[in-house]
Amino acid sequence: MTPTALIAEDEPLLAAALQTELQRAWPALEVVATVGDGTAAVEQALLLQPHVLFLDIRMPGLTGLEAAAELADAWPSTGRPFPMLVFVTAYDQYAVQAFEAQALDYLLKPVVPERLARTVQRLQAQWAAGSSPTLSGEDPLERVIQRLQALLEPGALGSATPSGVAAAPPPPLPPPPLRVIQASVGSDIRLIPLEEVLVLEAADKYLRVLTAEADCLIRTPLRELLPQLPPQDFWQIHRGTVVRASAIHSAHRDASGRLSLRLRGRSESWPVSRLYAGRFKAM
Amino acid sequence: MPLPHLLPRWLPEGSHSGLWRRGALVAVVAGFIGLFNWAQKEYSLAVGMAYSYGISMSIWFCTDVLRVALHRWLGTEGPHFWRLSPRMVLFLLAGTVVGYLLGTAAGDAVGQRSTLALLWDSPRRFWGFLFSSLGISLAFLAFFYQREKGLALERQATEARLKLLETQLEPHMLFNTLANLRVLIQIDPPRALDMLDRLNGYLRATLKASRTDVTGGGHTLGAEFERLKDYLELMAVRMGDRLRYTLDLPEDLAAQPLPPLLLQPLVENAIRHGLEPKVSGGALVVSAQRQGPHLVVSVRDEGVGMAAPAGEAGLVASARGSGGFGLNQVRERLASLPGGGQIEVCSQPGEGTTIVLRLRLQPQSSATLPATPPAMPTSRPTSRSSAP
Repeated sequence: MTPTALIAEDEPLLAAALQTELQRAWPALEVVATVGDGTAAVEQALLLQPHVLFLDIRMPGLTGLEAAAELADAWPSTGRPFPMLVFVTAYDQYAVQAFEAQALDYLLKPVVPERLARTVQRLQAQWAAGSSPTLSGEDPLERVIQRLQALLEPGALGSATPSGVAAAPPPPLPPPPLRVIQASVGSDIRLIPLEEVLVLEAADKYLRVLTAEADCLIRTPLRELLPQLPPQDFWQIHRGTVVRASAIHSAHRDASGRLSLRLRGRSESWPVSRLYAGRFKAM
Repeated sequence: MPLPHLLPRWLPEGSHSGLWRRGALVAVVAGFIGLFNWAQKEYSLAVGMAYSYGISMSIWFCTDVLRVALHRWLGTEGPHFWRLSPRMVLFLLAGTVVGYLLGTAAGDAVGQRSTLALLWDSPRRFWGFLFSSLGISLAFLAFFYQREKGLALERQATEARLKLLETQLEPHMLFNTLANLRVLIQIDPPRALDMLDRLNGYLRATLKASRTDVTGGGHTLGAEFERLKDYLELMAVRMGDRLRYTLDLPEDLAAQPLPPLLLQPLVENAIRHGLEPKVSGGALVVSAQRQGPHLVVSVRDEGVGMAAPAGEAGLVASARGSGGFGLNQVRERLASLPGGGQIEVCSQPGEGTTIVLRLRLQPQSSATLPATPPAMPTSRPTSRSSAP
């Protein structure tokens, strides 16, 4: 079987150069696609199921890390193993430390041939091991998810995590805790005390704020809001969903192993991403 | 044990070394005053020193140590604990008088004499004694105040420059540019050379602005647009066809003086927070215009836009201010210009952001240019676009 790779890099020259360098370092590797943003990276990776995925950290759409998490969540549990990940970054002091801690591979831009050769060696070794059944019996997807989870935790990468457009990360300041959410409803501004909020859910450009009775939209992105929520009261269950922990009624696992939540006071159910499924285990 | 820790704990952290320095200075001067007293042949050396040290040190204690200790009541903040307010003036006057009384009492006790009795025996000497003490104290206070204020100003200026440098020389931008340069050297050396020259111009302008006074003279709108072109060319290589830009500067405005790097942060924001995060990219237009007595510069991008700032159908306690460092810095610099200036921000999430600067035209620039004949078009834009 020919090893395949997908490159996600928003700067066209750098994407082309990485492809050329890869051809030199690993001639057998076939680059099946090159994409320029995080969302396309997830779509193309699901479609083409490459063996190796090169992800730029700072991309429009989703950051490389967010794309990896999204992909891990959507990856079919039957079929090909999850791609081997290599993150590519120009300068992320915090990210690099975190990657090392999680034993995730990364390349620094400008990518130099010697460093790329080391990464290729590691990938080739993994590739050779991956074609034979693993001895440990541990699910590799599970392991990747654990590592990504550690990286996506608030503060794990400084402020470089969420936005992907943040400048060189300064030490993050704890934002003031939020008490009231102001939402515009028609020409009125409604004040919703945080205690009444059950769910915050990203919806396109907006953020849905759900209480037992109300359903409002605000424009502040979830990632800006998240640091201001008390973490013991609000649990993230998906990239775009945060729920009030005390309002959770039950977690249900369906036939394909996917978890979903039911909340007191609301009739809908909310899917739990694999990244956050670890929270829901019987005592 | 380090010296400053000898001072009591109730003095705020960080104030100790300053207190020590000022106390030591007062003590040295008090020594000279004591010697001077002794030279007047009125007192023995011990008594002269007792008066001089008693008065100096107790006034120092009342106006310096207590000023720091009572910083909450006085409404001041570290590291200098200075703010001119009626309460502060009253406090300093009272501190000086109380310090004088205490110090005189100490001197009286050592010298076995009564300063108050002088009021009847020799009123001139009593008042002379009083006013010279108060005069010296006030001189000290004025000196300390001026010095601390100067230090504070200097620190602010240094901080502003460092911050400018930090935002300009963002490592991401530098390393990504170098990565592109590395590629171009292999595949397109002439373009690599051009990119290197642009990077050179960009770095030189940034370093120059961070070293000299940010309101420094000699810089013109034309030169600022050249710097913008350097930066935008670098970004055009990096972003490929995701960035289309237009710089529009009428020739007769090119000589208009302008503080260096006033527009640059706005353009960088438009790229970094507007177009770079947008998957499809978009256009950026920077244009300068003459509007009556004003110069109007607009920076318009088709980027992701900004969410409504805190309070406007957003959140009570949104962590982000209205635009971050770049915008605030430009706003502050505009305010400090002669004639002032305004900045307007108009943003629509998903649609883009437009920032409009309005500042007073400097008369000398129009004076150096020949008057434009009315029949001719007043502005012929020099429009430059990146290659598609």
